[in-house]
Amino acid sequence: MGLNELTAHEMLAKIKKKEICSHEVVKDIFKQIECFEKDINAYVFLDKQASLNQAKARPAGIPVAVKDNICTKGKPTTCGSKILSGFRPPYNAGVIQKLEASKAVFIGKTNMDEFAFGSSTETSCFGPTRNPWNLKTIPGGSSGGSAAAVSADQAILAIGSDTGGSIRQPAAMCGVVGLKPTYGRVSRFGLIAFASSLDQIGVITKDVEDAALLLNMIAGHDPCDSTSVDLAVPDYTQVLRAGVKGLKIGIPKEYFGRGIDREVEDSVRNAIKKLSDLGAECREVSLPHTEFAVSVYYILAPAEASSNLARYDGIQYGYRAKEENLLDTYFDTRKQGFGREVKRRVILGTYALSSGYYEAYYIKAQKVRTLLKKDFDKVFSRYDLILTPTSPTPAFNIGEKINDPLKMYLSDILTIPVNLAGLPAVSIPCGFTASGLPIGLQIIAKPFNEEAIFKCAYAFEQNTGYHLKKPEIEHK
Amino acid sequence: MKYEANIGLEVHVQLSTKSKIFCGCSTRFGARPNSQTCPVCLGLPGSLPVLNKEVLNRAVKVALALNCKIAGKLKFDRKNYFYPDLPKNYQISQFGEPLSYQGYLEVAGRRIGIVRVHLEEDAGKLVHPELSVKTSLVDFNRAGIPLLEIVSTPEISSPEEAYRYLSLLKSILGYLEISDCNMEKGSLRCDANVSIRPQGTASLGAKVEIKNMNSFKGVKDALSYELSRQEKMLAGGERIIQETRLWDAAEGVTKSMRSKEEAHDYRYFPEPDLVPFVIEPAEIEAIKDQLPELPGSKKERFKKDYFLSDYDAGVLISSKDLADYFEECVKSYNNPKQISNWITGEVLAQLNLRHVRIKELGLLASHLAELIKMVDSEEINIKMAKQILPELIEKKSSPAEIVKNRGLVQVSSKDQLAGIIDKAIEDNPGSVKDYQGGKVRALEFLVGRVMRQTKGMANPRMVNEILKERLKNS
Repeated sequence: MGLNELTAHEMLAKIKKKEICSHEVVKDIFKQIECFEKDINAYVFLDKQASLNQAKARPAGIPVAVKDNICTKGKPTTCGSKILSGFRPPYNAGVIQKLEASKAVFIGKTNMDEFAFGSSTETSCFGPTRNPWNLKTIPGGSSGGSAAAVSADQAILAIGSDTGGSIRQPAAMCGVVGLKPTYGRVSRFGLIAFASSLDQIGVITKDVEDAALLLNMIAGHDPCDSTSVDLAVPDYTQVLRAGVKGLKIGIPKEYFGRGIDREVEDSVRNAIKKLSDLGAECREVSLPHTEFAVSVYYILAPAEASSNLARYDGIQYGYRAKEENLLDTYFDTRKQGFGREVKRRVILGTYALSSGYYEAYYIKAQKVRTLLKKDFDKVFSRYDLILTPTSPTPAFNIGEKINDPLKMYLSDILTIPVNLAGLPAVSIPCGFTASGLPIGLQIIAKPFNEEAIFKCAYAFEQNTGYHLKKPEIEHK
Repeated sequence: MKYEANIGLEVHVQLSTKSKIFCGCSTRFGARPNSQTCPVCLGLPGSLPVLNKEVLNRAVKVALALNCKIAGKLKFDRKNYFYPDLPKNYQISQFGEPLSYQGYLEVAGRRIGIVRVHLEEDAGKLVHPELSVKTSLVDFNRAGIPLLEIVSTPEISSPEEAYRYLSLLKSILGYLEISDCNMEKGSLRCDANVSIRPQGTASLGAKVEIKNMNSFKGVKDALSYELSRQEKMLAGGERIIQETRLWDAAEGVTKSMRSKEEAHDYRYFPEPDLVPFVIEPAEIEAIKDQLPELPGSKKERFKKDYFLSDYDAGVLISSKDLADYFEECVKSYNNPKQISNWITGEVLAQLNLRHVRIKELGLLASHLAELIKMVDSEEINIKMAKQILPELIEKKSSPAEIVKNRGLVQVSSKDQLAGIIDKAIEDNPGSVKDYQGGKVRALEFLVGRVMRQTKGMANPRMVNEILKERLKNS
């Protein structure tokens, strides 16, 4: 077994006993990367020597992979887009500053859907990432690179971002743990914005304990982000073993309806039974506005995105089309620099915000968003957690949905409501399909109650062991 | 047909905080291009704005001084448009719910409504190097500088009133010490909306926006030109189109810039990167308590406490420094009327002559007070005092010293004056005759003779008295 297969907490235990040091782990990680990266394509930037040097300087440093939409000072940060080619931010994101303070070791930048617009990591200008469990399938998106890297033992820990499910959905499809914290729990400073009111940085790890460990490292108030909350951060690793006895869990009926794959539903039902056996009280609940979540999301997210992406105009940085006048510079820079999905969403968002349509779309969507939030508030007044499948289907084939955006958008149908309501949620492995693809279980809590999630997820994981199974990666 | 004008003014004021509205960068004017920028004000990917508390305090100060209501919730919006000097291609401003609204300003007895006062960030500046016409450079030092937009209702009725409104506004901003209001440095900018309608009708005419006015006089001139242009058009049966026009100060005309058809759709929506928050009533009260006495109430107090005329009080309160200076003088010597006369007369003349403000003049209030006191006590006469004033400014020594050094002691001795007066009577029998024949003005001529003889050092009151006495007796 290579040291790259260790979890962070196992690694720390060994370091404490002076059995290993970070440098050896990083060496094994790069061995794994050299072996499988051309098949998986999880990374868009790697600097082996710099990583090894850093590990030498930080003997207890845990290797972390970072999604390419998070600013890393002096290192490429491109959001998987041609328009940011050559861009090296002059500053570190808030989470990177915290990782630096924790003496983590930086492995590389991971692949993603362009500007995090997608559910399959196929829209990156660096080409698609492949799912380590089956190279014909997608790893999920948009943090597909981060999920694949952790799943394939090409990183110990990874940072992702989640706007509508972009951490949880790929975590489910790659058989790893993916946590989106409460909106405001982790600084967004330096996260290249997709939809500011929905974006949240989170963690992708091999098990629940690592998720608690990594969240401890990055959570907390950042004066550079006015949306980050000034609330004390508990030590999440301390609550893991509390068990589920007495936890009240709601099972929303709307999440088990049409479009949910049979095998997915069966695995999740089994998981609910398992948690009941362990002492949790599981009851069916209703979140009646669920059916509107995707529509609301595809008004609000593109609206904010159209504005957030306006800065990519070729004037200050990144790709610039060589043109004679200003207007052509704008048009051609954006025409050549952005991919199809980005253009589609910018146009959608621009339309939704334009005068005459603003009331009918943007304002209406905000109102429905409030109703969705109220649905959750109501359930959380009586329940500690909500359990659902993470993704309606296991990983699908590369190319299968890329030309059918509406079908693609439905991949996030079960994760989107959580972002609209600003809640914390995790996806953990809860089974496999007959063809051997992982299935994810989503656990949702009320704002700033990540602790309840950790208790439940850890108990399930320790009593089942799905997280221990590793993909047998084939070469293309 | 007679027309009436409806003028609305939009004033942008740069708040003179040390740092920018959403980041810690310096706001110093005139620095090397792009030397005062950071990821936030450059709008680099991933950067987020954080509101500068001091900016908010100053904005609330202005809003309260303009009698505005303060919004219960503070929120910002994005105004989306593409321009190379706009780092994010949107401007963070306030649209739906401005910081404050429904205020007013008393301008010469008339209340001009203030629709809203709101905060926003400034954009950068394009620089065009002269030799290469194909290149534009961008300086982002100005990007993120805090601006306050003050919008009046369109009820200003003449260019003169607009001028008075702006002067008063500038004076208030000066009193609050929140902006240097320098139009040349761009810290105060003004756009105007102008429409005219036949007198007595209710609906507003087509609105023309005028930009590019860079002095108060420019505003007045541009408005005068625009009003007569619109009147001529209507009189000639033409229709006024809604458009934006630029003031060309060199030619003295407004020129069409863009019509409404090309107007932008700014796609305003709430800025999701800044959390809305409430300004607590206690905070507003605390700011209210810090408000200085404003020009309006200061003027009333000056009239009441110092028995000054409306005009004199108006001149003295036009700037806070001048009003403070006046009160300092009064503290040294309690003769407000004389002090007011001196400040509004001789001192203002000196300021204009030297193109300086009172603080830069170097005339100590105690010196001016002393000078006036010497006149009142007849140590020197007024003519001598006026001669001394420039010396007081330049040499910075006290009036007593200067009087002593120049030997300027007023001749008040009856014996000394008697001889000179007798000679004047002897030399000017014609004037004596005129006076005795009832021409009172002839006396002034004789006084003048005596003053000339004494090189202006005679005590004019005594000269008068002695002359009258002699002429009665002879």
